[in-house]
Amino acid sequence: MSSLKTYVLGRKTAEDLDRDDDDLPNELMTVNMGPSHPAMHGTVRIVLTVDGERVVSGDVQPGFLHRCFEKEAEHATWTQVFPYTDRLNYVSPMLNNVGYAMAVEKLLDLTGKLPRRAEYIRVIVGEISRITDHLTCTGASAMELGAFTPFLYLLKSREWFYQLLEKVSGARLTHSYVRIGGVFADLPDGFHDELLGLLDKTEAVMVEVEALLNNNKIFHDRMAGVGVLTAEDCTRLGITGPMLRASGVDYDVRKDFPYSIYDDLEFDVPVGSKGDCFDRYLVRIAEIRQSIRILRQCLAQIPDGPIIVDDPRVALPPKSETYNTIEGMIRHFKHIMDGIRVPPGEAYTFIEGGNGELGFFIRADGTGRPYKCYVRSPSFVHLSTVGNTIKGHLIADIVPIFGMINMIGGECDK
Amino acid sequence: MEFVTSKLEAAANWGRKFSLFTYPFVTACCGMEFMSVAAPKYDIARFGAEFPRFSPRQSDMLMVVGTITEKQGPILRRVYEQMAEPKWVIAFGVCASTGGFYQNYHAMPGCDQVIPVDVYIPGCPPRPEQVLDALIMLQKKVQEGRGESIDSYRRAMAAQTGNQ
Amino acid sequence: MARSVLDALTSRFGDAITTRSDHGDEVAVVARDRLVEVATFLRDDPAMAFDSPVFCTCLDRLHLNEDPRFEVSWQLRSLRHRQRIRLAVQVPEEDARVPSLTGVWAGLDWQERETYDMYGIRFDGHHDLRRIYLYEEFVGWPLRKDYPKEKRQPLVRRTGLE
Repeated sequence: MSSLKTYVLGRKTAEDLDRDDDDLPNELMTVNMGPSHPAMHGTVRIVLTVDGERVVSGDVQPGFLHRCFEKEAEHATWTQVFPYTDRLNYVSPMLNNVGYAMAVEKLLDLTGKLPRRAEYIRVIVGEISRITDHLTCTGASAMELGAFTPFLYLLKSREWFYQLLEKVSGARLTHSYVRIGGVFADLPDGFHDELLGLLDKTEAVMVEVEALLNNNKIFHDRMAGVGVLTAEDCTRLGITGPMLRASGVDYDVRKDFPYSIYDDLEFDVPVGSKGDCFDRYLVRIAEIRQSIRILRQCLAQIPDGPIIVDDPRVALPPKSETYNTIEGMIRHFKHIMDGIRVPPGEAYTFIEGGNGELGFFIRADGTGRPYKCYVRSPSFVHLSTVGNTIKGHLIADIVPIFGMINMIGGECDK
Repeated sequence: MEFVTSKLEAAANWGRKFSLFTYPFVTACCGMEFMSVAAPKYDIARFGAEFPRFSPRQSDMLMVVGTITEKQGPILRRVYEQMAEPKWVIAFGVCASTGGFYQNYHAMPGCDQVIPVDVYIPGCPPRPEQVLDALIMLQKKVQEGRGESIDSYRRAMAAQTGNQ
Repeated sequence: MARSVLDALTSRFGDAITTRSDHGDEVAVVARDRLVEVATFLRDDPAMAFDSPVFCTCLDRLHLNEDPRFEVSWQLRSLRHRQRIRLAVQVPEEDARVPSLTGVWAGLDWQERETYDMYGIRFDGHHDLRRIYLYEEFVGWPLRKDYPKEKRQPLVRRTGLE
């Protein structure tokens, strides 16, 4: 009855409904997605200007984890920088170690002169780190969208790799295993069989996780079509890694500028087509499988031999020499106190990190400490694009967009 | 009468210690070990501290995980002040305890420069067993009714309500 | 591999460019006022096709006793031709300004802000030049060689919680 409707709704006719919109507030709101937030991989603040649920603009503010890597590197010897590099991309620490070591070796003209076994060990631990990176990224992103079970399964699998790397290097997470000229200690006994067993178990876990997520309608709806970046956008913005490959550009540093022994290994580079978050997720899952394939080949091909280059400028002498000969003791002493002396020069070396092209731009001045050690971090570049990508999306879409960048705070803020 | 209230308080503390709601203020690499502690192998749910409450209003234990920088200082302070008493703080990792090996212009030498801390966990990052050990230490403290922030709160209240 | 790029640059721009090569990296030191022109040529010319920026940073040469003090460098990459090059501009301390290359490659936006934050180099033409890693109240340029490593500028310390 119209009188009841008037009493309840305060309106007289259906036409009055159109005029209700005048009463709704329509100014833009400023909302803070602060540095401590559950759905963020790292500590980043986004100041959003929203129109209801839709984002109009976002001001991304990093820097809450700026730990001054460059300044610390200028005051540490060349070998003392390795622990700092571990904490850059802390989900794939071995890759950072390898990248920094390769940059210094370029200045020392040691590229390509490392013992074969050292190169194989570096690739093995590097690929294990890449697997842990992608496992953590996928697990954390799935959890942020509400899928708690894949998170637990992927973390169970990551735990196996942490235990294995603990046997290799002594630490679960921040290894500092690589040294300039090779690695610091040989692989332990039983590593070969244990790693093969883990690879089989990880593939079984991947099958389970894909069964939970790939055809899941909720996951699909939240990730597909969200955060689309075309190939031209990615190129113009300097994006690399899984994000670039998800947009359809076939660029992988391991294939295009091969370093170390990647020329002798057979693997594919997964390339997506649509450039949305779902493609990025699929590219990461496919890359885990390719890394497992690389690891199997490395385990089959790894030769015996020394694990560090036998160059007195660079490597510590073996312990028997240090304790028994005076030259060995002096060499050990000077190596620890003065550091390696790198001749003056400037070089930029880049490897395929977990997120993309991880580069080290190093300037040496002839002393035992770096003069400048700049990290070209992929997460920093990717995070700079988020401010534009979220425009027009809902607030809830920020979570998959941000999660699939895999922004690691230590790498982004250095 | 004190017998009854002290028994009640002991019972309340028993309830508190086995249902600590954490607010993991995660910043850096220690966050990975926090995830490992929450994961199935080193299950923190066995000790009652299972669900992280991502709001300071709903949690009673602040876990400062990772390096705190000067830029982060005011935010950490504000989060701590938003929590309701009784509250406890664990400094997880050596960066949150003393600054770690970062001695530079931006990394704060420990989060206890801005907030009072109850238990410090060294390690870079600490092993998950160390974290569980620290949690048990904190539970002992909770049972006894002690805690840095509780003591400072009581001192502040005593100063206000005492003879002035 | 980028030797041909350097030759093309020197033949076209003459003495606005000096080149050097170090451990396989090709660097072209450009005069400051021709920088945007050189960058646009590198992006648009089909034989060059440098479509992707890599990084932007600065080197403080105070302890190397070289003059001018700062050398700002940009690394570029061509995905089509698989080659790389580094552009560098040298500026003195009193006049630490360079033209911004964000108009040429949008991806250099935050990189140039970071260089400003750490070294104090002003980028003319950048749409939003403010500090990115450090807070606004910070005074000084931390990565310069004359800034002491442990000079802290705390925002808040523990008072009133005792």
